Amino acid sequence: MSDHVIPRRVYAAILFALLFLTITTYWVATINLGPLNVVIALTIATCKATLVVLFFMHARYSPRRTRLVILAGLFWLLILLGLTLSDYLTRPFTGHL
Amino acid sequence: MERSGELFGQFQNLDQQREAASLGMWVFLVTEVMFFGGLFLAYAINRFTYPAVFAMASRQLDVHLGALNTCVLIVSSFTMAMAVRSSQTGKKKQLIVFLILTLLLGGVFLGIKYAEYAAKFHHHLVPGRAFRFPEANGDVGIVAHAQLYFSLYFGLTGLHALHMIVGAGLLIWLLTQALRGRFTPAYNTPVEICGLYWHFVDIIWIFLFPLLYLIDLHR
Amino acid sequence: MNASAPAPALPANSYLNAGYGIRSWLLTTDHKRIALLYLASVTFFFLIGGAFAGLIRIHLLTPKGLLVSAETYNKLFTMHGIIMIFFFLIPSIPAVLGNFLIPMMIGAKDLAFPKLNLLSWYVYIIGASFALFAIVSGGVDTGWTFYTPFSSLYSNTAVAPAAIGIFITGFSSILTGLNFIVTVHTMRAPGMTWFRLPLFVWSHYATSVIFVLGTPVIAITLLLVALERLFHFGFFNPALGGDPILFQHLFWFYSHPAVYIMILPAMGVVSEIVPTFARKPLFGYHFVAAASMAIAAIGFFVWAHHMFVAGQSPYAALVFSLLSFLVAIPSAVKVFNWVATLYKGSISYDTPMLYAFGFIGLFLIGGLTGLFLATLGVDVHVHDTYFVIAHFHYIMVGGAVMGYLGGMHYWWPKITGRMYPELVARLAAVILFVGFNLTFFPQFILGFLGMPRRYHSYPPEFQVYNVMSTAGASILAIGYLLPMIYLIWSLRYGKIAGRNPWPATGLEWQTDSPPPTENFEKTPVVTWEPYDFQNRPDLGLSGPEPYAPQGAAVAPSPPAQD
Repeated sequence: MSDHVIPRRVYAAILFALLFLTITTYWVATINLGPLNVVIALTIATCKATLVVLFFMHARYSPRRTRLVILAGLFWLLILLGLTLSDYLTRPFTGHL
Repeated sequence: MERSGELFGQFQNLDQQREAASLGMWVFLVTEVMFFGGLFLAYAINRFTYPAVFAMASRQLDVHLGALNTCVLIVSSFTMAMAVRSSQTGKKKQLIVFLILTLLLGGVFLGIKYAEYAAKFHHHLVPGRAFRFPEANGDVGIVAHAQLYFSLYFGLTGLHALHMIVGAGLLIWLLTQALRGRFTPAYNTPVEICGLYWHFVDIIWIFLFPLLYLIDLHR
Repeated sequence: MNASAPAPALPANSYLNAGYGIRSWLLTTDHKRIALLYLASVTFFFLIGGAFAGLIRIHLLTPKGLLVSAETYNKLFTMHGIIMIFFFLIPSIPAVLGNFLIPMMIGAKDLAFPKLNLLSWYVYIIGASFALFAIVSGGVDTGWTFYTPFSSLYSNTAVAPAAIGIFITGFSSILTGLNFIVTVHTMRAPGMTWFRLPLFVWSHYATSVIFVLGTPVIAITLLLVALERLFHFGFFNPALGGDPILFQHLFWFYSHPAVYIMILPAMGVVSEIVPTFARKPLFGYHFVAAASMAIAAIGFFVWAHHMFVAGQSPYAALVFSLLSFLVAIPSAVKVFNWVATLYKGSISYDTPMLYAFGFIGLFLIGGLTGLFLATLGVDVHVHDTYFVIAHFHYIMVGGAVMGYLGGMHYWWPKITGRMYPELVARLAAVILFVGFNLTFFPQFILGFLGMPRRYHSYPPEFQVYNVMSTAGASILAIGYLLPMIYLIWSLRYGKIAGRNPWPATGLEWQTDSPPPTENFEKTPVVTWEPYDFQNRPDLGLSGPEPYAPQGAAVAPSPPAQD
């Protein structure tokens, strides 16, 4: 990991991408897209996070084991959110809330 | 434990030490993801249950300050990445400059946060007995659900701010070590792993900004 | 045994005499000394938790309750649960045996982060102090499950200190798990590939994954409960729009995997003991390793089976019930493999093996009754009854504690350099087994007949089973006290053990008993497969019929060690 020195211009490009995405997410939030708003906002946030993880945190140049750890963390967060939401989201179908 | 140069006694060589430190920090960050994850879950459930009130409550936040803070943290991630790069290439002065910049930007973030919190106190938006939500027009349910929103607001941003303060402490420590010339291309592990921590704190805010500030701007 | 040494002597220099005085212990970074610090602490809390259990059982001798008021009874079962789970069971095997053995089993000098290891003990002590404070402030009465809104709003007991104590101690687990994961990934000796690792290491790796992924969630959950009590936040308060079920989801997301934290290390111990005392490699090594990981993973997908009658959506309940059946499969794989290991083995009944047998039988019963509970229709009938209590005590006491005691006896010679007295030890193991079954089997019957849990009184027709259970508990207590006495006795009067008294095949048996601080004089190079009893002439082991041990090449190479 220390072996990989990332060029300054790559870091600068990521910085501008992140700032651009921030402006975009703010701008999209001002348009009423109903339920899509939160989907787009989270998608943009995920893109930004991915850029930070891959480049600023060097995950792109890290051993496979590091990427496994990252994916495991994400997967387990999704389990926590997803399986719990499966309770709340299926309650309307039972006829009582 | 003995130290030979920078090598700690339980390790065979510097490479093993660096691998272990890096893996250790990544595993720690996964624990942080799950720690914040519980709060994100509470947020998700409550926003799913009370979407209108959450929108109403979030409009009490200053979205411009939130956006500014987001940019501040993003730039601070950039300066932190550059600091790590400087330590990799052995540029001591650059390293110090970028560490100071990151620290300053972190300070700006915390300053803005403090201003926001002060405004919330002033407007009685802190959960507890002093909470008031006039926009509810007397509807007790709406007041209660708005209080939930602000509990999550303070919980999430407060926990985040605590992590930033720890991060600032780490940066100060890194600065003192960098000033002593402790970091070389062969040994810059502490800079790298503190960098990982700092970027993680940035990522949390990347999600907090849209979830707390951008719920409903279009009214 | 080994070579033709005259009367073996304790090594002149070991980790035990590497430094004297309290500072050398309280400021140690030696994983072996830290393990002993944990041993003292968890034993202390085991006694406290056991005292609460004793009071509960005495109280339940009569239908109206013999000893205490209803309010006090609530505090007794709560503190029993909190102390036993968070301050004894969860740390026990990982922090004592795991800390001591993992570096040795992989051929390393210490864990990856020795100072973090010491910090994790101090964090445990700080958290435990909060728990003790909660006890002396009058205890907690919410049940160890802290269900809201009772715990967050209505209870007038020391909820906040207890919650904060558990929150703090959680970080001790997280640090230990982190340390183990990094150690196993990065500090293995040359030749120690993943599939040459002892299954004890695999079990602890799987346990550490749970530590790291699950504990933070209970941390934030209990923090929220404390915040709700102190600052009236309202997440779990229905009057403020909060949701008590959300608390239960968050709580059980950790607390179910926590039970796998408690059992996986014990399974790892059994996987070490059975091959040694059957003189045969473990059957299906790869399957057992994979099963450990599968239990850790699938264990995270089943938590809401604790909430079948709490008011969650029945569709979600269906999913969780199915997943709970699935999680039984890797556990069953392990049981089959332990038993298959015995086939055509050369079995001896030393104390550790008695505990392993006890584990297998009792875990089997506990595990099967878990399937009863995972069945939605049955659970409606037995939820919150003594059936549940019997189920989890079969696993946690019949399983985890037996595993812990078996492991303590198995590695006692390595840790102390001395053997425990075999005859008394076997007697104690049998007493434990009998006492345990007498205590908890009647509770299955009680639960099925409908006696609710957490009640300070019961209908008179249940008395005979309750008396049986209390009688069993007193026998169980003797079974626990005996090892405490004779193990301490053995420190002075026990036979000197030598390097490898059993003998067994792991790396930890290749060094002195007790080991030197740096574990090995030189870093070992591993060329043999695990549990390779047939092909270790250095251990004096070559079987009557050669056969290919699990995973080995056909022509095994001799070990590179002295």
